[in-house]
Amino acid sequence: MSQSFRLNDVGLINRDKKLSFKFNGVIYYGYEGDTLASALIANGVHLVGRSFKYHRPRGFFGAGVDEPYAIVQLYRNGETEPNVKATEQELFEGLEAKSVNCWPSVNFDIGAINNFLRIFLPAGFYYKTFMWPKSFWYKVYEPFIRKAAGLGTVSIKHDKERYEHKYEYCDLLIAGSGPAGLASAYAAAKNGARVILAEDKARFGGTLLTSDVNIGNQTGKEWGDGIISELKEMPNVTVKNRSQVFGYYDHNMLVMSERISDHLPSTKIFHPKQRLWYIRAKEVLISSGSIERPLVFGNNDTPGVMLSSAAKEYLKVYGVLVGKKPLIFTNNDSGYETAIEFKKNNVDPIILDTRKDPQSEIVDEAKNLGINIKFSYVVVAAQGYKKVKSADIAKISDDKEQLGEIENIICDCICVSGFWTPTIHLASQSGNKTQFKEEIDAFIPGESKQNEKTLGAANGIYTLDETLKSSFEAGNKLSKKITNTENKVSFPNVIEKKSTVHDKFWCVPLPKGKNYKRFLDFQNDVAVSDIEIALREGYRSIEHVKRYTTLGMATDQGKTSNLNGLQLVSKIENKVVPAVGHTTFRPPYTPVSIGAIVGREVGKHSKPTRKSPMHNWHKKNNAVFVDAGVWLRPRYYKQGNETLFEGSKREAKNVRTNVGVCDVTTLGKIDIKGPDAAELLNRVYTNAWLKLPVGKARYGVMLREDGIVMDDGTTTRISENHYHMTTTTAQAANVLSHLEYYLQLVWPDLNVNVVSTTEQWAGAAIAGPKSRDLLQKLFSNSDVSNEGLPFMGYMEGDLFGVRARIFRISFSGELAYELNVESDYGNFMWEKIMEIGEEFKIQPYGTEALSTLRIEMGHVAGSELDGRTIPYDNSLEGLLSKKKDFIGKRSLTREAFTSEDRQKIVGVIPLDKKTSIPEGSHLVKDSNAPLPNPKLGYISASCWSVEYDNPFSLAILKDGKNMIGEKLYVMSPLKNKVIPVEIVSSHYVDPKGERVRS
Amino acid sequence: MCPHCGMRSQNEFSYGGDASVKRPELNKEISNQDWDNFVYNRKSLRGKHWELWQHISGCRQWIKVERDTATHEIFNTLKAYEEIL
Ligand SMILES: [Zn+2]
Repeated sequence: MSQSFRLNDVGLINRDKKLSFKFNGVIYYGYEGDTLASALIANGVHLVGRSFKYHRPRGFFGAGVDEPYAIVQLYRNGETEPNVKATEQELFEGLEAKSVNCWPSVNFDIGAINNFLRIFLPAGFYYKTFMWPKSFWYKVYEPFIRKAAGLGTVSIKHDKERYEHKYEYCDLLIAGSGPAGLASAYAAAKNGARVILAEDKARFGGTLLTSDVNIGNQTGKEWGDGIISELKEMPNVTVKNRSQVFGYYDHNMLVMSERISDHLPSTKIFHPKQRLWYIRAKEVLISSGSIERPLVFGNNDTPGVMLSSAAKEYLKVYGVLVGKKPLIFTNNDSGYETAIEFKKNNVDPIILDTRKDPQSEIVDEAKNLGINIKFSYVVVAAQGYKKVKSADIAKISDDKEQLGEIENIICDCICVSGFWTPTIHLASQSGNKTQFKEEIDAFIPGESKQNEKTLGAANGIYTLDETLKSSFEAGNKLSKKITNTENKVSFPNVIEKKSTVHDKFWCVPLPKGKNYKRFLDFQNDVAVSDIEIALREGYRSIEHVKRYTTLGMATDQGKTSNLNGLQLVSKIENKVVPAVGHTTFRPPYTPVSIGAIVGREVGKHSKPTRKSPMHNWHKKNNAVFVDAGVWLRPRYYKQGNETLFEGSKREAKNVRTNVGVCDVTTLGKIDIKGPDAAELLNRVYTNAWLKLPVGKARYGVMLREDGIVMDDGTTTRISENHYHMTTTTAQAANVLSHLEYYLQLVWPDLNVNVVSTTEQWAGAAIAGPKSRDLLQKLFSNSDVSNEGLPFMGYMEGDLFGVRARIFRISFSGELAYELNVESDYGNFMWEKIMEIGEEFKIQPYGTEALSTLRIEMGHVAGSELDGRTIPYDNSLEGLLSKKKDFIGKRSLTREAFTSEDRQKIVGVIPLDKKTSIPEGSHLVKDSNAPLPNPKLGYISASCWSVEYDNPFSLAILKDGKNMIGEKLYVMSPLKNKVIPVEIVSSHYVDPKGERVRS
Repeated sequence: MCPHCGMRSQNEFSYGGDASVKRPELNKEISNQDWDNFVYNRKSLRGKHWELWQHISGCRQWIKVERDTATHEIFNTLKAYEEIL
């Protein structure tokens, strides 16, 4: 196909570089510097999609971020991306894109039946229609909507692109490189300020690229190019194109997304695809320009109806005609500028001006060029289904209420201009309370809230001369304040054609007997009639109207529709626009990819990985690792083809019969020193601590103030004023903060210091009946007999020249010890244990066997101390001191915690002694009871008991105290299991605790 | 702004609740109502508010921070032992 709408020698594209691309399977050609939109229009393609609700044909409406229609599915380098605006996507060799929202194809679309059913799909249709009958939602509506009305397809593959975050600060951040941005950046840069100038598009210059002006004896574009190349050379200036400042947050922090590689066929090696900038700016200058407003008339969504500024941009930047018989429909002078550009390129436009007799230099120029202008005329309706073929036009009365006789004129596009809306999103996000400016029928920023100032068109200033002057001044003044330097630049002479006032009229009345849809929101298909319905049904707040009708809620966030929607509401309600108010502007201004937000924090980079000093030994010995918080811990040490179940059973069994060793380095360790250390422990733990002798350890439980168990562990008195506390792996950080909180804020009078020593000590637990024999061989100089080192005893020992701490504590219920050495000796210790343990048949065991051993014993751990249980629930009430106060004690007297049938920990065994019980299952009395079946408790942890060779679980059960011996059912709807079980004591193995003391 | 370390990045700090809450003294009789007020009941103000934060990835000190809960503006910070005026 040829580029039959491409002009020969106009535009900024690189005609030396022809690019091929595919749209909906057809190969087309464009040039380097094109967008997908401009290249398609050059090839005469105007049908790119279907609308969301009625599936009406969709073409192009704008030429940039405001585009509501031309959303495509992009294919690039083996990846696919939904929701790409064809007006923003730059063309590259081999680009592929497809229409979305149409099934089976863009030309024949089944959903378009909605268009003929639209009487049934008015405002609020989602809420009304699809909610009833309920069963229809899943079977009929939902699949239909999903298939027929999606907005593209998300790739389910891992995104192999790289995204980066960058943190930056500057004196002035300037958002937008149009005339206001360039002038203020230049003035600030000359004063030596650190400046970041950000431009959303590929090309710098904004409206200077398309307007017919003269600055300092150059065209606008030449002047802009000169400024940019000078700025690029300055070391204090960062100039970024393809970069959208999309969010303005507190403390003058702004976020910008830079599209580094999206315009290339593939991302260069070591380059990111996109980069997210977090910028802290002393001052922010918002020069984001303005967006043209549509005029509203019948079928104004037909492909070929577009903004007149977009038509001008396609022509001047890309050398592309949006049509060869253009009709310009305008209420202000901007439409004339577009018409003049057409005329200069030998295309005859017709102008319909809603005004009666406007007088200005621009209007005069159009007249002098011989352009056909019809004053007091409007487009009543566009005709043509997939593309504009003609327009019904009519004269309009001075009061804009009466239409004259309808005439039909042939045209292939309708360029509309309903005046300009300042882009105030960033200012509003900063907290700036906007104000309505009557002369332009739009909101502009009010008093600055943070250190921000809005310039040029974004501030409602629509003349170049005034924009440049005020922007030079703002850049100079703000930077001077920061740098204390002034290098004033001389102000260039500006020549621009003068324009006159616009017409406030924007919505053409319906002719008698016609029921054309007049659209306000082109992406979400919200028409004038929908707003009328919403108001008739009693919606008043603009926020409610928005949600009920979905006005402005699509991916374009109503950039072209919001203000017209407001005008309509205010007209019907007979209020002024500021009284209606606008909906809140929230970041992001344009869609930001999830990849850019996540940055490099994916996979292994999403959190730090902590490894014990013995990690490499575990790895060499076939450990299968498991994530325990940020730690990597061996789950079991695989032998041959062993499964997790087989391996952990073997390891646990070996602990019960011989001796095992487990890496417990990950346990939290806190060093506590000071004369009041015992007093602190006495207040944070529930049991008594004042009389613990030196060289002894004690088990303790600590609560939160609300009485819930926070953590448990042992604390050992190393010397008179020195204690060593251990915490669970998961709670280590919280417990330290908890202690610091009480020491610093609540009881600053306590003379105690706490510090984490988790990483300073490597830990190994040796457990099993032969552990003492092994220990004696490891510490041949020490007396580790039952008398020399009794249960809960502590001593220091000499491990082949390495100082070690020996604790006689047990988590497995067996005779057991825990050894600590300085981390650097961790591996030495481990290898010594393995070497000397060989004769005792030692085996390392992982977390799975560790769990099995503790569950069998009825020891509680994280799955019982889950932030919902009090000491009683865990059968820890024996550790509650009656004599002293402690954190959380008062809460334990509250009603719910003292009820007679309070939940309590129990053991659970399946009656068949074979079926494993899934963790998280519910306990019920009657498995056949009607739903919802009353839940009596839940399974907190399950294992295969190596002592009895059958499944065993722990459960938190209502009235658990009186349930021992009862027969209940375990139900797991997730696993579709019903298991008859018996409730037993939670202490399944060695209930008297004789082994640990032996 | 940590009163011990100076200006530090926000992600070094961790939120710790309302700074105006005082823990009842140990070993003292207290009504259910007063205890519930201490444990559960918070005002959740919109606007200026004294909060506790911990400089968790820094000096580990608990500090008092006067912050606007609506705008997140920070007006003042105090060391743990300094009284709120
Ligand atoms: Zn600090």
